[in-house]
Order: sequence, then C-alpha cells, then structure tokens
Amino acid sequence: MIEVLDGGISTTVQDLGRHGQYHIGMPPSGAMDEEAHRVANALVGNEADDATLEMTYGGADLRFETDAVIALSGATMAATIGDEPVPMHTAVRVEEGEELETEFATDGARTYLSVAGGIDVDPVMESRSTYTLVGIGGYEGRTLAEGDRLPIGEQSAASDEVLGAEAPDEHLRDLDGDGTDIAVVVGLCDYRLTDESRERLCDTEWTVTPEADRVGYRLEGPELEFVEREQPFGAGRDPSNVVDIGYPVGSIQLPQKPIVLMQDAVTGGGYATVGTVVSTERNRLAQRRTHETVQFEAVTVDEAVERRGVAKDRMAALREALEG
Amino acid sequence: MSETGIDRTELPDPRYEYGGDDHIFVELDEAMSFDANFRAMAITRAISERDVDGVTEVCPANASYMVRFDPDVVEPATMMDEIRTIAENTQLEESSWESRIVDVPVLFEDPWTHETLMEFRDQHQDPDATDLEYSAAINGFDGVEEFIDAFVSEPHMVTMVGFVPGLPWCFQMVPREDQMEVPKYKQPRTDTPSRAVGFGGAFSVIYPVKGAGGYQLYGRTPIEVLDVDQTLPDFRDSMVFPNPGDVLNYRRIDRDEYDEIREEVEAGEYEYTTETVEFEPEEFFENPHEYNERLTEVIA
Repeated sequence: MIEVLDGGISTTVQDLGRHGQYHIGMPPSGAMDEEAHRVANALVGNEADDATLEMTYGGADLRFETDAVIALSGATMAATIGDEPVPMHTAVRVEEGEELETEFATDGARTYLSVAGGIDVDPVMESRSTYTLVGIGGYEGRTLAEGDRLPIGEQSAASDEVLGAEAPDEHLRDLDGDGTDIAVVVGLCDYRLTDESRERLCDTEWTVTPEADRVGYRLEGPELEFVEREQPFGAGRDPSNVVDIGYPVGSIQLPQKPIVLMQDAVTGGGYATVGTVVSTERNRLAQRRTHETVQFEAVTVDEAVERRGVAKDRMAALREALEG
Repeated sequence: MSETGIDRTELPDPRYEYGGDDHIFVELDEAMSFDANFRAMAITRAISERDVDGVTEVCPANASYMVRFDPDVVEPATMMDEIRTIAENTQLEESSWESRIVDVPVLFEDPWTHETLMEFRDQHQDPDATDLEYSAAINGFDGVEEFIDAFVSEPHMVTMVGFVPGLPWCFQMVPREDQMEVPKYKQPRTDTPSRAVGFGGAFSVIYPVKGAGGYQLYGRTPIEVLDVDQTLPDFRDSMVFPNPGDVLNYRRIDRDEYDEIREEVEAGEYEYTTETVEFEPEEFFENPHEYNERLTEVIA
C-alpha cells in the first residue's frame, strides 16, 4: 500500500484509458501524456496499460508501506526520498516506511509516477483511469487526498532487474526544446469558418488559459468568424451551432474561442469543430502550461501517421535500451 | 395534429473527414431529419456488426456518425475505404431494428428546475417569462398547457447519446411542420438539476447529473438515466440506460406520483416500464401518428 500524505494540486490514477464506451457519452480518460505514462511504466518493467499517478503542476507526497520500485517521467519535477534526490527517468528503490516528496513541475505540466506492479485500484469497465465527472475509476473516482491508501499490484519483473534503469535522453521526447507548434488535421466542420479565419486558426499564437485541464484546453487569441448562413433545421440559432455531432478526442471546437477537447472531454454536442490535434501531438499539448503559447500546424493525415510512427519507434528503442 | 406522413429527405453526398489520425467523422446532412439519423444508425450498426479490425469506438450522432480506430492496426485511408464501402452497401429500405419503447414520467414546472431557471433569468432570451412560457409563445401555442400537451402527445426518439454519460438527445416523432424549435440560453447556465428535462434546437434531453447546461428547462423526471453504482435493476449491464433508437414516451405526472416513483428509485427498486418492438422506418414515415400510437400501446 501507498499512503497519500498530500495529494498535490490534482493527482489522479490513469492508465491507457477506457475504450468502447464513447457512444454512451463516456470519454476515454487515461493519461493525458500517454508517451510519458508509457515511459514511466517501461522504466519499472510494467506493462504499458498498468496504472500510474498523473500529477498536475504540483506533485503528491507519499509514504510507502512496502518496498517498491518507482520512476518519474513527463514534466520535470524535483523529488526526494528522505534526503536523496530522485532523478527523472530512472527506476529507484523506495523502502518500506520511506516517504517520497515531490515539488512543483518546472518544465511541462504533468508528471507520471509509476510503481513496479502498477497502482492496483479496481478496474471499472476494464480501466483503472479516473473519470471525475461521474466519479468512476481510479481511487473512488476522484483526485487523491491526504489519507488515501493505494494498493500496488504484483511486480512482473524482479526489482533488481529494473533498479537503476535509466532512459537514455535520445529515446525521450524533448520537453525543453519542444517547439510551440502542435500538428492538427484541419477538417470536420471547418467549412463553417471564413477563409480568413481558417488561415488565422493556424497563423495565430494561441495562449493557454487557466482553464486548461483534463476536459479541455481553452485557448485565448483573436476572434474567428463563421460563414453567414441560414441555420439548418435543428442546429440552433448561433452561427457556431451545428446539429449535434460526435467530437473526436483532440478536436478543436469553437463556442467562441477554441477549446481543444482532451481525455475527459464531452463526447458530443452542437458546436462546430474545425480540426483535430493528431494523436501523438496531444501528448505534447498536455505538457503546455497556462500562459504558454501554442500554434497549430496544419498537416495531412499521412504526415500525422508519420509522426505517430516516429513516436512509436522512439518508444520501441527505449524499451530495447532498457531491456538490453 | 397532422395526419400526414413525414416527407422523405434526400440526403446530399456524405462528407468524409479525418479527425486527426485516429477518427473518421461522416456528416450525412447539415440539417436534422429522421432520414439522416436512421441512416447514421443503420451504418453504425453495420460497422459494429462487421467487427472491423482496429475499430475502437462506433458512435452514431443526430445527422452524422464517428468511428475511432487504432492507427497502429489500420491505416486511416484503409479505414476510410472500409467505412465508405459499408456505408454504400447499407440501404435504409432493407433495415428495421429493435427499439425499446420507454415510459418516462415527467413532473413539468417542478420546483427544482423552476428555481434554477429563475436564478439564470439574465442569461435568457426572455427574462420576464419562464422557459415554458417562452417556448410556448415562440412556437405559436396559446399557453404552457397546450405546449406541454404537444410535447407529450407524441413520443421522442433517442437519436444520439453523449455530451456526458447517459444524456439522450431526442427528436420528436412528428412531421417537420409539427416539430418545435427553441434556441439554447444566450449564455449557458453553470447549474442544472440532475434529471432535468430540457429542450434546445429541436431536441429534448434528460440531464443525467447536476452541472452546466444551456437547454430550456421544462421539468424533472424522478427516474435515472445514469446509475454509476449499477444498483437499479435496469442498469445491471450498463451504467447508462438510454440507447440510440429508443422511443421515449414522456408522460405528465403530478407531485404525488413523482414522490412515489422517486422513493422506489432511491430504494433501488424502480424498474422501467419498457417493451422491445421491431421498428419499421417505412411504416413510421408513412403515417407517424398512427404508427406512434401502435408503438406506445405496448406500454400503456
């Protein structure tokens, strides 16, 4: 068991998400930066779908009631066990009774803490991911708080095999030099935008507002304008309204200013969507902090697939380096 | 009430769009119609039945549908071709499907939604009227009673489930000229009671949980559409009750009946009054009023 001494700002249990329920209005949830979650798991010899703790901006403080092997990945976060600093991207031992303390993230927004064996809360619909809106998954369906006790699953690899494992920098996504561009496949209902506004969507440096969380990233920037039309039957009167549609995860909807829908987003509704952040780029967006900027880069679906290939190769190389 | 059939809508060529590298979005029409919705349901049913490799989510919507897939298993272009082929081979004329006819008791002008709507009057088109008074007036009804009568006189079909888990969007099963239409609030409310029955655009909804919302508020149902703990008998297989294609028959109840049903729900004993029938779209289009009567008879 792990006892939570301080839940941090917003810490939840997440895995690769809850799939196959979108049609009843259930978003996937799951790690916002899936790549960092995978790296954290790989370091301690876990499966990719084992649950980790996603710590947002400020980390949690934890007491381990048993010996364990842990690793941190994602946003850079200073951490200590006793007086010993815990390096990022390294499998380290925590002994029974020891406390892990974490500070604020200094680069990026979300840090993943993996524990060999995974956080073993009961799965709900085959996933341990927390979905706070209706209070399911994770630990009692909510963010962690002082006094919570988290079970640890059975370790798959012997701890002396993974201890000290370090992820080589060349196999990690570069958080520091990460540009502000976020690749987007423009489309869906982008016909609703004027040509000028469609260009503006990708020419603008959008600022991440304080309302940027697991549900969506609300962005601030110039007004975008819709093509005037007589609204179709059932759409509603506002020019931003369409007859209610399903929203892809990562889609950019335009009530007025853009909102990029993230892992806990609403699954559908009546606002025009104008493009979708490609799958691997959602990981990068999830590390953007409030007041930082993002710029959408229009890519074709083939380019999106290529980027996914790059991320996949990087992950495979990391797994190989760790196992080799 | 018109005794006429529902004019068939000739749908434009569908628009196939990529949603990033892992979704395909298909818009069947910009406007809502039963033709567009039935086609979305028929195609998504065909996709689900085909059990296509790599598909992770199949989501019918009001006049469109969406498929999510794993791009590590199937290339987006291959997925697109697959969906096109299935869609082109799906004929509505050959389709009928199982639909549940469901009794949905509603306490109209209930104290809870009334309190909420009064609280947000400054975000409404008509601060001096209630949502029901406003909706009645702009749809040409003499008053609230007449409007509620029209709202419950013909059933509403669930044409999409989403936004949040369990929220049904429902389209009243009447010809276009009898459809009611209302705008959403000028600014969305930050609060809506759970189980509120609302209306926006041309869709009625039931809010599963307390939260934000922009639809006009008419009443509250004592029954649940979402049961996270799955304690109620109708939720044993899924924490969500409504499914696309369900026919909801709103029934006006008084406060006593509301309290009685609510007690049963809270005791974990309430069971939906529902029957499953084979829904024949052709018959529905031909004479919706007569067909609706036959449908709702099974739960009378």
